[in-house]
Amino acid sequence: MTSSGTSGGSGGAGRTSGHGGSGGHHGNGGNGVRSTGSRLAVDRLIDDPKTRIIVCCGSGGVGKTTTAAAIGLRAAERGRKVVVLTIDPARRLAQSMGLTELDNTPRVVKGVTGDGELQAMMLDMKRTFDEVVLAHAEPERAKAIMENPFYQSLSAGFAGTQEYMAMEKLGQLRAAEEWDLIVVDTPPSRSALDFLDAPNRLGSFLDGRVIRILTAPAKVGGRSAMRFLNAGMGLLTGTLGKIFGAQLLTDVQTFVSAMDSMFGGFRERADRTYQLLKAPGTAFLVVAAPERDALREAAYFVDRLAADRMPLAGLVLNRVHGSGAPQLTAERALAAAEALEENGSEHASPEAELLAAGLLRLHAERMQIMGRERRTRDRFVSVYPDVPIVEVAALPGDVHDLDGLRAIGDRLSGTA
Amino acid sequence: MARTPGQAARRDPDWEGVRLHVVSGKGGTGKTTLAAALALALAADGGRVLLIEVEGRQGIAELFGIAALPYEERRIASVSRAQLGLPPDEGGGGGGGEVFALAIDTELALLEYLEMFYKLGRAGKALQKVGFVDFATTIAPGVRDVLLTGKACEAARRKGPDGRRRYDAVVMDAPPTGRLTRFLNVNAEVAGLARIGPIHTQAQAVMRVLKSPETAVHLVTLLEEMPVQETVDGFAELREARLPVGGVMVNMVRPPVLDAAAVAAVDGDHREEVALALGEAGLGGRSRKTETVRAAVEPLLDPLLAQAREHAERVELEREQRADLQQLRLPTYELPLLGEGVYLGGLYRLAGELKRQGAA
Repeated sequence: MTSSGTSGGSGGAGRTSGHGGSGGHHGNGGNGVRSTGSRLAVDRLIDDPKTRIIVCCGSGGVGKTTTAAAIGLRAAERGRKVVVLTIDPARRLAQSMGLTELDNTPRVVKGVTGDGELQAMMLDMKRTFDEVVLAHAEPERAKAIMENPFYQSLSAGFAGTQEYMAMEKLGQLRAAEEWDLIVVDTPPSRSALDFLDAPNRLGSFLDGRVIRILTAPAKVGGRSAMRFLNAGMGLLTGTLGKIFGAQLLTDVQTFVSAMDSMFGGFRERADRTYQLLKAPGTAFLVVAAPERDALREAAYFVDRLAADRMPLAGLVLNRVHGSGAPQLTAERALAAAEALEENGSEHASPEAELLAAGLLRLHAERMQIMGRERRTRDRFVSVYPDVPIVEVAALPGDVHDLDGLRAIGDRLSGTA
Repeated sequence: MARTPGQAARRDPDWEGVRLHVVSGKGGTGKTTLAAALALALAADGGRVLLIEVEGRQGIAELFGIAALPYEERRIASVSRAQLGLPPDEGGGGGGGEVFALAIDTELALLEYLEMFYKLGRAGKALQKVGFVDFATTIAPGVRDVLLTGKACEAARRKGPDGRRRYDAVVMDAPPTGRLTRFLNVNAEVAGLARIGPIHTQAQAVMRVLKSPETAVHLVTLLEEMPVQETVDGFAELREARLPVGGVMVNMVRPPVLDAAAVAAVDGDHREEVALALGEAGLGGRSRKTETVRAAVEPLLDPLLAQAREHAERVELEREQRADLQQLRLPTYELPLLGEGVYLGGLYRLAGELKRQGAA
């Protein structure tokens, strides 16, 4: 009783009110840590002309794409020339921005007010990969690469391809110098970190020993040091042949040697884009929902950004519940509902009693959700007191149009 | 089509004859939780069930509150009808069953596979050293999928020394819907790469099991627009790929407390009376004076009504989503939202619910 009483108590889970450390002490493992998370000033971030790239990252299903779109729209309506790169938007969200086809090119979003401009695009990873190949190989070789079954498998299916191509596209957009703000959504990975790791994975894969061994025959002279490699290759090709069949092995070798000439270019590009993310002018927004798993992923990401010296702007906590009557605790509301259902009242009709009990039960449910969310949030804040946070109130339905995105933008900036 | 709890206390399960249950769904819908609950439900009448995880995230270990699972089948729970809150079976016998778990490690699975077919011995280690496994599974993701699905199919068909099946059922916590068909349709995936050879043969064997009536693919959803859309699309894709479609598991369902009509009734004719009832329920403080009580209740009234309106809006949205799901004409199971988050007791509760509704 007492422990749950403290959590439901004061503080109010203010939807968008700028409360800093809500609630004071809340039995947070008894260590007396106070939540001191400051408020993330979204408008200041998007109004700053020095902010050139905003990367929205976080685990799947937390509203990353919607957040990216809302931030892009708000920045555009406050006068900036913005492009939003979305990875895999839900159909209705894409439609809300007028994105009807995946054509890998930014399109102007209609209906944006103010002096700025908003463009939006959906990433086509296969096409982006093709563009990279075309840019780095002469036409004939490029054609050979693109026709190889392994290229087709790699470009459509490699676990990191989408992440790598998102990076690649970001690099292209930045190099075009057509926009003064680029907002990037990140792929719906299992883990938020995949986005940062993928370019390196692809890079080290293409640079890996197996590839070296497979491409070795072309380069190896008669040096004795190569005896190991040759032995390794015999084993490897023999095994590959056994498992996949001889045709496949030929395909692999053709593919690998065709790609070999491009390795340098690949690595260089991946490294350059990675550096771009560290450069001043880039801001990472970690997006999460007030749930254990989502915030754990967010924590990993915050650690990783710090380790890589990448600029974290703050945490966007989506779908936070609030109440206009936080003074009424869940316990009192439930007790009152039960009293009404069991004993009735003297003056109200039975119908009104049931309605009142329903209102109270809903309120109790809401307060319990809020208590749980606040505990989850406070655990994060006690570990990361310096990460600015903005809480975005839960909406009853999905976003279908620009007005819906504007409403989220208002909530993000605390002006709802 | 959804069955409400208690409607049919004892009935034949919907998936009699199915040995491999594949559970998928949009990210964030709780597919790992429901895969685990289904495994418990399937084991409740006795027998052995294997729960397989393929994405290397140790979700099972976390769910059951145990240490990270190695690449090895190990017993993680025992379960009986009583533990799921179900009445004893008519036969009376059987003290319940056991759930085993396996977290598949792709690298070890590939080496195990190579060992099994090629007796590589030391050469296997050498392959591991040069990063061959990474290479093979990177350059051809289909190869990894064949290994993962192959392991599940093998477990589903494995026989013990007594000639009986080692496991009565296998439940696989599969990748999310977006990647599911690709993942299961391993044959198509590797066909372009390996037209002949052992991988090709293996892929065909896997496909035979996956497309047989011994397999069912269930999708987990929430009563929200995006997950429902993904579920509808997912089933269409499965059908097109001729993979055996299972049931719909609707997770985190909250009971409707008030609908739009009720909210309208409060707002219109009953506002004063509801205020009165709230006051008499003790929310107006200790005062006996009607006006004081009424004044104390007043600040609560609008916020409570606003919450009720939001709730009614959600109930209406959920009704639409439910209607879309019903169009699928598939067995549908509704699982309640666990107020305190998922904990072991909650997992058993979900398992009981699945069993009562006929999923196991």
